[in-house]
Amino acid sequence: MKLSSLWIPALGLALASSSASANDQLIQLSKDPNQWVMPAGDYANTRYSALDQINKTNVKGLRPVWTFSTGVLRGHEGGPLVIGDVMYLSTPYPNNVFALDLNNNGKILWKYEPKQDPTVIPVMCCDTVNRGVAYGDGKIFLHQADATLVALDAKTGNVVWSVKDGNPQKGETGTSAPLVVKDKVLVGISGGEFGVQARLTAYNVKDGSLAWKAYSEGPDDQILFDANTTSLGKPVGKNSSLKTWKGDQWKIGGGGTWGWISYDPELNLIYYGSGNPSTWNPVQRPGDNKWSMTIFARNPDTGIAKWVYQMTPHDQWDYDGVNEMILADINVNGQPTKALVHFDRNGFGYTLNRETGALLVAEKYDPKVNWATKVDMQTGKPQVVAQFAPGSRGEDVNYKNVCPAALGSKDQQPAAFSPKTGIFYVPTNHVCMDYEPFKVSYTAGQPYVGATLSMYPPQGDTNLGNFIAWDAGAGKTVWSDPEPFSVWSGVLATAGGVAFYGTLEGYLKAVDMQTGQELYRFKTPSGIIGNVNTYTHGGKQYIAVLSGVGGWAGIGMAAGLTKDTDGLGAVGAYKALADYTQLGGVLTVFALPD
Amino acid sequence: MKLINATVGPMLAFAAAALFATNVALAAESGQPAQKPYTIENGKVDKKTYNGWRRYTESCMRCHGPDGAGSSYAPDLVDSAKRMTQDQFNEVVVNGRTNVNSASENVMPPFGTVEDVMSYLDDIWAYLKARADGALGRGRPPRIGD
Repeated sequence: MKLSSLWIPALGLALASSSASANDQLIQLSKDPNQWVMPAGDYANTRYSALDQINKTNVKGLRPVWTFSTGVLRGHEGGPLVIGDVMYLSTPYPNNVFALDLNNNGKILWKYEPKQDPTVIPVMCCDTVNRGVAYGDGKIFLHQADATLVALDAKTGNVVWSVKDGNPQKGETGTSAPLVVKDKVLVGISGGEFGVQARLTAYNVKDGSLAWKAYSEGPDDQILFDANTTSLGKPVGKNSSLKTWKGDQWKIGGGGTWGWISYDPELNLIYYGSGNPSTWNPVQRPGDNKWSMTIFARNPDTGIAKWVYQMTPHDQWDYDGVNEMILADINVNGQPTKALVHFDRNGFGYTLNRETGALLVAEKYDPKVNWATKVDMQTGKPQVVAQFAPGSRGEDVNYKNVCPAALGSKDQQPAAFSPKTGIFYVPTNHVCMDYEPFKVSYTAGQPYVGATLSMYPPQGDTNLGNFIAWDAGAGKTVWSDPEPFSVWSGVLATAGGVAFYGTLEGYLKAVDMQTGQELYRFKTPSGIIGNVNTYTHGGKQYIAVLSGVGGWAGIGMAAGLTKDTDGLGAVGAYKALADYTQLGGVLTVFALPD
Repeated sequence: MKLINATVGPMLAFAAAALFATNVALAAESGQPAQKPYTIENGKVDKKTYNGWRRYTESCMRCHGPDGAGSSYAPDLVDSAKRMTQDQFNEVVVNGRTNVNSASENVMPPFGTVEDVMSYLDDIWAYLKARADGALGRGRPPRIGD
């Protein structure tokens, strides 16, 4: 192990001169289970590890072996990278980055402390989260809250270059983790609640110069569509976005790109989703509002879209389509398929052919989802139930018992896929809402929302979350473990037959991937909204996770949810999260006894 | 949350105390109990208070939590409204407040130029005061005449 760890940075230096090779290096590194070199572990976003030292039999002996306080209180999403003998992690605003020496008990090798104008803080929709850094070409890439993309020397932490990716004065902020693909670093932007015109942008890793910029809505030359861009196999035609907006509303149309990005090197396509159209009041923005709420497949060299699929046309619920796109080769209806699997906020689990964009499966992964009966497999459109569709009877009407709530059946917290079991392991929310749209006016840099929201558990249920196993070929839940609160942590699946996730009370849990049976739990210092990862050091397997409650989940922390006595006999079941945990960012690293 | 409230700068705290003293003096002079900014009949609220809830949800909820109850990153306004005058409340909403130091990163933006907030400042205050006085519970308040 020592040998390979030392050898890898040398390889990085040797290959740094050629960008194509830098990409080859990343592909190789991501196949090495001893490291965790990109936010989701690999380009396919599987969050799967081939490590099996920790397994079903011995996981009960797991215990924390070292911890690290980030010194920051707000919500800690994302998770650390491990490259060679160094762990890299970023914090919520002020977005400090740490390089920790795994050879020296996590000693700080370097720390990067950006100086940002704090006026960015209140224009971040839902807490000042940061979903982690990216590695490539010997650099660590950070998307700061103020929408500055900065490249740091991975050895020293010195700034190599930095570029402004957006304007916080207009509500454009950085929360997402970048992804390095070939000689480019890709980054999305947040601000769907502030009427930004969101886009995915590619910068050259060498110097930060702009390579391309692909908007979620607008004219074809801004959204980078051409004559070959298809949706469900058919060309979308000219002005496919413009004609679905009233006037020039697309200019403040939202469609944030703050989720995860995946990449298929063989097909040479990147995949990501766009968020809600602005405002939340659907009556004010007639039309399908393309291409908000959309899965995009783009060429990473040019940004040109190969195919798109809009999951929720004319959003009436805030069901952002930004959740991760997991690239998995699975059987769908008995056919081996290059699939893209996506658990959308809207409560449907989608399976598409990732080469063609053909829709193969769309089924509810939470049985309480009621805003649509099903997805029409010919048109790809959800069959919307008017009673649960805010705006269907106009604005200033309260639409009750809509499931899921605006935070979705699942938010950005990423699921995992095991190629060994062929099954997906999905952290979910189990929350419904009342939603009343009303008229708002647009002011640059101010919330552009126009809806009230009350959230509560589904009628008759006592749990606000589930941790589920999903068969994406069949569109069926294999097993489902109820959780008292939403599961807001990214999952890790392992070859040891154990899946790991965190809970809002602060537990790191390990469950049997076959049955869902809990095998281990440990209460970390704060609620977990970070993503679990694993790596080896000195030949020994470790599990790492950030705790530090906050984010959208933190909205309900002090308050708890409304209607807390509505559940059947659920006395005290929905106590505020504040009764269980407090703020504070801490990394906890686990291992088996020697 | 308590910690966040307690870290309000000394200057602001001083200003608050001064304002509070002025209001007490005025109330004492007139000898009248302060007029409540909201009307609630049989658990139902007037138009103004209802609109306050709506506008609160629009512009304040993403930080201050549902129903003014606070979040992991902004103070509980039901609690704040117990101790603030409307003048103090207006001052903070119009001008914002910055409280960034080694222990916290809290920034309230100035809403002085935001039409959807400034036009309904009295309504938002009425709603929060009703919550602070315990006259109104969580969730969407029913309207008089509903």
